[in-house]
Order: sequence, then C-alpha cells, then structure tokens
Amino acid sequence: MKAVRFLGMPKPGQGRGWVISGPFLWFLVFFLVPFLVVVKISLSTAEIAIPPYAPLFTLSDDGTISLALHLGNFQYIFSDPEYVLAYLSSLRYAAGTALITLLIGYPVAYGIATSRPGIRPALLMLVVMPFWTSFLIRVYAWIGILKPNGLINNFLMWLGVIHQPLEILNNQFSIFVGMVYAYLPFMILPLYACLEKLDHSLLEAASDLGARPFRAFLSITLPLSLPGIIAGSLLVFIPAVGEYIIPTLLGGPSTLTIGTVLWNEFFNNHDWPVASTVAVALIVLLVGPLMLLQHFQAKEETR
Amino acid sequence: MIGKALQGRGVLRVMMVLVMVFLYAPIVSIVVYSFNESQLVTVWSHFSTKWYVALLHDDQILDAARISLEVALSAASGSLVMGTLAGYILTRFTRFKGRTLFSGMVMAPLVMPEIIMGISLLLLFVGMEQIFGWPERDLQTIVIAHITFSTAFVAVVVQSRLRDIDVSVEEAAMDLGARPVDVFFLVTLPLMVPALVSGWLLAFSLSLDDLVITAFVSGPGSTTLPMVIFSKVRLGLNPEINALATLIILLVGLASGIGAFKTAFKPAAKAAG
Repeated sequence: MKAVRFLGMPKPGQGRGWVISGPFLWFLVFFLVPFLVVVKISLSTAEIAIPPYAPLFTLSDDGTISLALHLGNFQYIFSDPEYVLAYLSSLRYAAGTALITLLIGYPVAYGIATSRPGIRPALLMLVVMPFWTSFLIRVYAWIGILKPNGLINNFLMWLGVIHQPLEILNNQFSIFVGMVYAYLPFMILPLYACLEKLDHSLLEAASDLGARPFRAFLSITLPLSLPGIIAGSLLVFIPAVGEYIIPTLLGGPSTLTIGTVLWNEFFNNHDWPVASTVAVALIVLLVGPLMLLQHFQAKEETR
Repeated sequence: MIGKALQGRGVLRVMMVLVMVFLYAPIVSIVVYSFNESQLVTVWSHFSTKWYVALLHDDQILDAARISLEVALSAASGSLVMGTLAGYILTRFTRFKGRTLFSGMVMAPLVMPEIIMGISLLLLFVGMEQIFGWPERDLQTIVIAHITFSTAFVAVVVQSRLRDIDVSVEEAAMDLGARPVDVFFLVTLPLMVPALVSGWLLAFSLSLDDLVITAFVSGPGSTTLPMVIFSKVRLGLNPEINALATLIILLVGLASGIGAFKTAFKPAAKAAG
C-alpha cells in the first residue's frame, strides 16, 4: 500500500505534474473548450460569410467592445414544432432502445454469467466481436435484410407465410431494430460484470429457506444487479439520443431525430448557429444522465 | 424443482443462440451477397467475384481507402500514447487536483453522441483558424478528432491491465533505486504490452470506421472511406459496397479479433494456470 501512495504522491518537483498536464491540456482544448465554443456560436446569428455566423464581440472605432447575445435561436427551436418533435422522438427512440436492450440483454448476460467459467470469456467475446467490426457496414447490412425483396421478406414469401412483402424498412420498426442491434453489447457488458460478481451462496440460502427460483431471482438477483441495469441503460441511452447513422439509413427520408435535424441544419442549410443551438439543447438534456453515469463508474472504481 | 431449473437453463440457451444469430446474421449476409453476380444484391443469381474486380478499378474508393488508412495509422498511434498516459494517470495517481474533471473528460467520449463531438470540434477548429491561423481542415484535424475520441477506449483497456499488474513489482524496482520514469519504461510498460496491442488495434478500427465526427472536421480534399461508403449506401444497396464491406470485415475483424482474443482469454489462461 505504501508504494501505491508513493507512486501517487512523489516528492515535490518531480515529473508527475508534467505527466498529467499533457493529456489534461489535450482534453481541455479538444473536449471541454469546444463545448464553450458551441454555446458561443448558438448565441450568434447566421450570416452569409465564412464562417457563416456573426461575431459576438465587435470592436468599434472608438475602442469600445460590444457584445451582442442573441437568444433568438433558442426561442426559434422551442417554438418550431419540427424541433420539438425531433427532440421528443429522439427521446422515445433512445428510451425504447434502452428498455428493449435491457429485456433482451438481461437473460443473455445472466446466461453467460451462470455458464461454466471456462467458456464465459469466449461467449463474452462473441457478444463484443461485432462491435469491433464497422458500425456503418453493420447498419447498412440491415437494409438488405429488411427491404421489400430482402432476406426476411423473400424467406417468408418462399415459406408461403405471407404473399406480399411486409413493410419493415424505412419506419420506426427498422430504426428500433438497428438501434437495438447496435447498442446491445453496451447493455450486456455492464450487466454481465454485475451478475458475474453475484454471490451464489445467497441464492442457495434463499432456496434452502424455501424460496422458489423466481422468487429468489426477484428478491436477490434483480436488486443486486441494479447497478448494472442503470449503467447499461445509461450507456445505451446517452449515445442513442444523438444517433444519426441509424435513423438516416434505416428510417427513411422523413425521419425526424435530433441527430438528423442537427446534420441537416449544418450540412444542408449551412445554419451553424441553429445547428449549435440544437447541440446545446442536446447537451443540456444529457448532462444529468452523464453525471449519473460518472457517479456510478466512480463508485465501481472504489469498490 | 431440478426439472424446472433445467427448463429455465434451456430457455436461456435458446435466448442466447437467438441473440448470437441476431448479432451475426447481418455480417454473414453482407459477406454472402458480396459474391452474388446479380446487380439486385438480394436476389441470388450465381457466384461471382466481379464486384471485387470492380472495386479494384474504383479510384474514388481506392483514394478514400488510402486516406483512411493514413489517418487510422496516425490516430491509433496518437491514441495509444494519450490513452496509455490517461489510463496510467487514472489508475496510479489516485489523488490530484482536478482528477474528477480529468476522468470525466477522458471517459465522456465513450458515450457522448458523435454528432455533438463533431460539431463542437469543427467549431473549435474554425475558431482557432480565425485566431491563430491553425489548423487548416485536412487530415490533421481528422487525426486530432480521432485521437480525442479513441483515447478513452485505449485508456479503458490499459486501466484494466494496470489493475492486474502486481504493484509490488514496481515497488521492488523503486526500492532498488530506480527513478519513477525508469520504473515506468522498464517495468510497467513491458508488462502492459498485450493491452497496448489491443488498445492500438481498437483505436485503429474505430478510426477506420468513424463517419459522423470525420464528416464534420474533414476538409474539402480529405474524403475518408466511411464518407464514400455513406454517400453510396444512402442511395440504397450497392453490390460493390458489399465487396468492400467484406474486405473491411475481414481486415478489421481479424486484427481486432486478435486483440479481443488476447484480452478475453488472458484471465481464463491465468485462472487455469
């Protein structure tokens, strides 16, 4: 223990500060400061210029600096039903995805955690492997599976179960399929980490005391895996709210989500201030979940 | 009672198999379709490698692939350095001013929606260019952006390895009079090699795959492979992309598979030995 503290607290004047300052500065400049820049641009007005926004500070001839804050962008996105709808539908997709991945991921994580210790790493690897291959390509693959003459429809028509192709692409269903598919590993991993540590003697005790397996699950396994459930749900929910690729490729042209709206404002309308405002609104929405996640991970570290 | 438990086990097994099918079917379908001669992609005609040949003559894709590889090599190496430092700091320096902020900044990109990181980094680059005249938007801005989001993944891998390393080894070196820098380079770093390999491979495949952040921060002359793929698949299925995807799956899957295999089987091997 002494050495840990020694490594952690070297004598004054040693290089520890230098070691920390490198990455610290990098993330300050390329992660934290950019958010402030986004907030700044969201408060300016769009202009036909390069870059396409008006400066906040202007230096006039008599040497005074004037600051023009423009709250109109926020007013605009909160009064335009299109933005409100995009906001709500993103929330719905993200929350729905978190719920479905939980329902599917829990039994899988439980199954892996209760399988023979020798094969657990292999099963876990099978869950993680797809995550290592291209996200874009895996989402694209679903087009071929879901489209009118795609894999599923062709198969069902060949079986004779249906006579007309099901409409399962370019709607909410396909978006959910893509999101659940892409984010499932993020749910299974923290659940597994939690379930694996579970003390099985507790379940034996419950069974000895006459609790049936389901009852024992409800009163022991489920509450003890709550940290995994919360961590997994946040790991799915947070990135899913801002998802752009899945709604664009699988949702069809009329899909409205925060991601697609932000992208279109930026790349198609070249309205950087409004795009920044949408980004700020999204960040505000995510501050709570992000802090909750950090809180849970810090607790995990100290255990 | 035992019968019921077995039944429950059976349900779990079925569930796990179904999920594995769900996870792998899309990848398998892409590979199979890439050998389909038909332009219609999902309607099978007969086996052919013509889309692979077409790929070799597609200059747009070849150029983009070259750019992507160039970016991924630099970004993975940068992330390796940054992620090793960050992981080391987070596991070994338990107390310093701003530690919470630091760990928050390093780890947030793991979950932060890409679209937010994309727009915020671009606006930063544009602002910096206005004030300092640097950086111009080209490969370097893409590399900076990729390092910023991949570092977290490397740091996680490094952290988990560092927790496994017995501190007493470092302690012994210290007692024998080695300076902290020497301890790090002569003792800690060699012990971390497997984690460094998988960290680098992970950062490499993340960089090779990124679309959203890259689309924001890239300049006019720097179109990466995912950007080309995305512009093509937005219009629907494309047999050439299936061939390309198969090659990417092969390359990235193989490389990262080795990385994942090493990390996944290390604890098992240790438990067995």
